[in-house]
Amino acid sequence: MDITSPAFKANARVALADGQLQKALGNVRAGFIDKRRKAVDALPEFEQLRDRARDIKNHVLEHLDLYLEAYEAKVQASGGKVHWAETAAQARDIILDICRKADARTVTKGKSMITEEIGLNDFLQENGIRPVETDLGEYIIQLRGEHPSHIIAPAVHLNKEQVEADFRRVHDHLPDHRDLSEPEALLGEARRVLRSQYFEADVGITGANFLVAETGTSIIVTNEGNGDLTQVLPRVHVVVASIEKIVPTLEDVSQILRVLARSATGQEMSVYTTLSTGPRRKGDVDGPEEYHVVLLDNGRSAMLGTEFQDMLRCIRCGACMNHCPVYHAVGGHAYGWVYPGPMGAVLTPSLIGVDRGGHLPNASTFCGRCESVCPMRIPLPKMMRHWREREFERGLNPATQRFGLGLWAFFARRPRLYRLATALAIPVLSLMGGRKRRIAWLPFAGGWTRHRELPAPESRTFMQQWRDREAVARQAAR
Amino acid sequence: MTGMNETSDYRPRVGLFVTCLVDLFRPTIGFAAVKLIEGSGCTVEVPMTQTCCGQPAYNSGDRTDARAIAEVTIEAFEGFDYVVAPSGSCAGMLKKHYPGLFKGDAAWEARAVAFSAKVFELSSFLVDVRGVTRVDVKRKTKVTYHDSCSGLRELGIREQPRALLSSIKGLKLVEMKDPDVCCGFGGTFCVKYSDISNAIVEKKTASIDAAGAEILLAGDLGCLMNMAGKLKREGSAVEARHVAELLAGMDDTPPIGGWK
Amino acid sequence: MNTRDTILGKVRSSLHIDPSDAARRKAVEERLKKAAPGIVPARGQLPPAQRVALFAEMAGKLSASVDHVRKATDVPKAVTEYLRGRNLPCAVRMGSDPRLAAMPWGRQRALELRFGPSDGYDEAGVSHAVAAIAETGTLVLTSGPENPTTINFLPEHHIVVVDAADIEGDLETVLARIRSAYGKGRMPRTVNLISGPSRSGDIEQKIILGAHGPRALHIIVVGG
Repeated sequence: MDITSPAFKANARVALADGQLQKALGNVRAGFIDKRRKAVDALPEFEQLRDRARDIKNHVLEHLDLYLEAYEAKVQASGGKVHWAETAAQARDIILDICRKADARTVTKGKSMITEEIGLNDFLQENGIRPVETDLGEYIIQLRGEHPSHIIAPAVHLNKEQVEADFRRVHDHLPDHRDLSEPEALLGEARRVLRSQYFEADVGITGANFLVAETGTSIIVTNEGNGDLTQVLPRVHVVVASIEKIVPTLEDVSQILRVLARSATGQEMSVYTTLSTGPRRKGDVDGPEEYHVVLLDNGRSAMLGTEFQDMLRCIRCGACMNHCPVYHAVGGHAYGWVYPGPMGAVLTPSLIGVDRGGHLPNASTFCGRCESVCPMRIPLPKMMRHWREREFERGLNPATQRFGLGLWAFFARRPRLYRLATALAIPVLSLMGGRKRRIAWLPFAGGWTRHRELPAPESRTFMQQWRDREAVARQAAR
Repeated sequence: MTGMNETSDYRPRVGLFVTCLVDLFRPTIGFAAVKLIEGSGCTVEVPMTQTCCGQPAYNSGDRTDARAIAEVTIEAFEGFDYVVAPSGSCAGMLKKHYPGLFKGDAAWEARAVAFSAKVFELSSFLVDVRGVTRVDVKRKTKVTYHDSCSGLRELGIREQPRALLSSIKGLKLVEMKDPDVCCGFGGTFCVKYSDISNAIVEKKTASIDAAGAEILLAGDLGCLMNMAGKLKREGSAVEARHVAELLAGMDDTPPIGGWK
Repeated sequence: MNTRDTILGKVRSSLHIDPSDAARRKAVEERLKKAAPGIVPARGQLPPAQRVALFAEMAGKLSASVDHVRKATDVPKAVTEYLRGRNLPCAVRMGSDPRLAAMPWGRQRALELRFGPSDGYDEAGVSHAVAAIAETGTLVLTSGPENPTTINFLPEHHIVVVDAADIEGDLETVLARIRSAYGKGRMPRTVNLISGPSRSGDIEQKIILGAHGPRALHIIVVGG
C-alpha cells in the first residue's frame, strides 16, 4: 500500500474535517474503554497476569532463534511446511507460489494485519488470483478499496449508512426495497454473500495470534468464525505470521489469552480460539490437505537488541489506540500505513524507517494512557521518545524547531542569563494581556493562539517577587 | 492544617521547584505552594539557580541539553530534605526520568537517583509525606478537577488533591466525564500538532462545561493554560485555577486567562 | 545461505548470542519439557460441584443457552425439544462420535439424522465436547471423524453435548488432558475453544450474533 505517513499532518487535517469519520470515532471512545474496564475489574489476577505475559514474551525474545527452530521442527513433524521470508516481497512470492501450485483462482482470507503489512491482496490480484476478505470489517473495506483503520476493528471509521451504500453499489442482486438500514441486516447480507466464497476458495489464508513452539500449533483468536471457515474448507491452509508470534508452550498461551480479549474488546475470551496443528489427519472428514506457515521477519530481527525490542511483545489487541486521544481525534488512516495508534507510532518507523514514519512518534502528548492499558506492559511513550532521539541525532527535525529548542536550551542551561531574560520579557507579555488577562494573538505562537487564548502572565516572575520578599524579610530581621 | 507529625520539632527543609511556567506565568501558584508546604511544618527555600525541568528538550529527543539542564537542577537542590513541585509533569520528569539521563555515568547517576528520591508533587507531598488531611479554608463554590496525565499515571496522583479539596468548607466537587483523559496540551505537541491538540481540548472543554462547575482545577499549569485558553476562546464562564490556589485560600487573583 | 539461516543468523547477531551457549539451549528445552502452568485465577480453581454452575453461568453470559439432562440417554429428547422450541426443521448433522452414537436417537421418530461433515445447508449440528472450562464458559472440541470441525461453524444452530464430569475449572487442566491423550508435544489437528455463538461488532461497534458461524449455541450438560 502507499505510505502517506510523511503527510501525517495533512492527513490529520482531512480527518478532523471529515464529519462521517468524527461521528464513527465516537464509537471507539464510547465502546471499547468501558468494556475493557469492566472485564479487568472482574478479574482480580489481571495485573499479575500482565506481568506474567510480559515475562513470557521477554523470555521468548531473548531465545527467539531456539524457539523458532523448535517450532519449525514440530510443524514439520505434524506434516506441515514452514517457509521463511526475510522481506515482504519474499513472503508474497512464497504465497503466490503455493497458490499457483494449488491452481487457485479464489483465496479466502481471515483477518490478518501481517498480510496488510506485506500488501498481499494487491499482489494476488495483479497475479490473477482473487482474494476475498471474510471478516465483516475487512470485507467492507475491501469493497471500498480501503485499508483497515484499526487493527482489530478495521471498519471502525465507517457508519452504517456508508456500509449500506457500498453493499448496494457492489451487490447487484440486491432489490431496492430490501431494508439494510440496521447493522443486523448488513451483517446478514455479508454472511449470505460470503458463504459461497468459503466453498469456492482453493486456498485459505489466515494470520496467527500465536505460534506454539511446544507443539507446532498456530492459533487464531476471533469472534465471527470466518477465520475458521477460511482454514477448514479450502484444500490448502496458509498461515502468515511474523517471527515474534512464537510462545513456548500451550500454558504460556493460556496466560496471554487471559489478557488478550479483555484488553481488546472487553470479552473474557473471544468466541473462537482455534488451535491448528498440521494438515488433515488420516481418517479426518474435513480440514485442509496442506498446511503451510510463512514465517516473516521484515525488520523484526533488527529490532532485537535495540531499545525497540519491547515492541515485539505486542499482541495486537488494539487497547493502546482505543485509549489514545490522538487516535480518537484523527482515526487510523491518518497514520498513513498499516499500524495506527501508539503501537503504530513505535512500530511504523521500525518497519518503514524513521525518515518516513517520523511524524508518528512525535504526534503524541505522552499522556501515557496507552502504556497504562497495554496488556504486555510495553513502554510505548518511552519508545516514542527514543524515536525522537534518533531523529534528533540524525537532524531530521525541521530547522525552525531545532533553532527554537536550541535557543531555549541555551538559556535554560544558564540560570543567571535565564533570570535576566525572563525578567525583561514577562512584564511585556503581561502588559499585552490587558485587562482581560489574556492574549488573542501572538507572533511565533500561532500554533497556540489559532485555537486558544494565551493566558497572560502576572506582572513579574515568581523569582523576582521571591527575591524581593526575601530582601524584605532580611531587612526586618536586622 | 492538621494531620502532620507534630511531635518532632524538626522542620524539614524543602526546596521549591517552581517550574518554569509558574515562574513566568503565574507566581501565585508558587506562593500558594510555599504557604501550603510551610503550613505542613516545613521551611521552604527557593534556589535561584533553577530554570526548567528540561522536558521540552527531553521530549524532543535532545538528550544532551536535557542532561545539561538536569545537572543544573540537581546541583541547585542538593542539600534539601525534599524537592517539591506544584506540577505532576515536572515532578514526574525529576523523579522518573532524571536517573535515566545519566545511565552509564556512575557518579552522576547516583546523584540523580538520590535527588529523585526526594522529589514530590505538591499534593502528594502534603498528603503522602506530611500526612496533611485537611486545610483550614472556607469557600462556597462548585469545582471540577482534571487529572493531569503525568501526575496521574507516572506518580499515581488522584485521591490526594480530592481529599484536600473535600476539607474546604462549602466546596463541592463535581466530577466531569473522563477527568483522566488528556487535555491535548502535551508540551510542544500543542503547537507542533495544533489542530489535533485543538480537537482534543475541544472534547475536554465540552466535558468541563457539562460538569456544571464554577471553577476548573488541576495540578499542572500547562494543562490549565491550555484548557483555560480554550474555555476563554469559547466564551465559557468557567474559571481555571491551580488546585493549590484554592487549598491555600489564595484565589482572589484573576483566574488563569482572566474572567469571562 | 538460505533464508532460514539468514533470519536465524540475524536474530542471533542482534541478540549478541554465542551459538554454542549451552545454557540458553538448556533453558529452552527445560521450559518446553515442563510446560509449567502459570497463574490460574481463583475463579478457575473451584471444586467440581461448583464448576458446573459457574460454567452454566459464564456460558449464559456469552449468550449460549444451557440445558441440563440427567443421563446421556436423555440427550436425543432434549435435542428434539430444542429444535421444536425454536421452530426449526427436525434434522441434525453429526459426526461418528461413539458417545453420541450410543444415545437412543431412534426414539425421536421425527428427527432426521445426517452424518459426516457439514455441507453448509444444515440448520442444526450436534457435537460432543471433550471438555469445558468453567472459568470462561468455554467448550473444548477436537477434530476428527467423530466430530468434524465444519459442524462447529456451518450450521445455524450448534448443539454441543458435554459431560458434567468433563467440565474443568481452567484451560490448563484441559491442556494437560489433551497432552496425556495425544502425547507430549502432539495435538489433534484442530482444537476449538468455543465461547458463545459467533458475533461481530464491526459495524458501529454494535454486537450482533451470528456473523459467519452459528447464530445460536446450545449446550446440553449431561449428569452432575
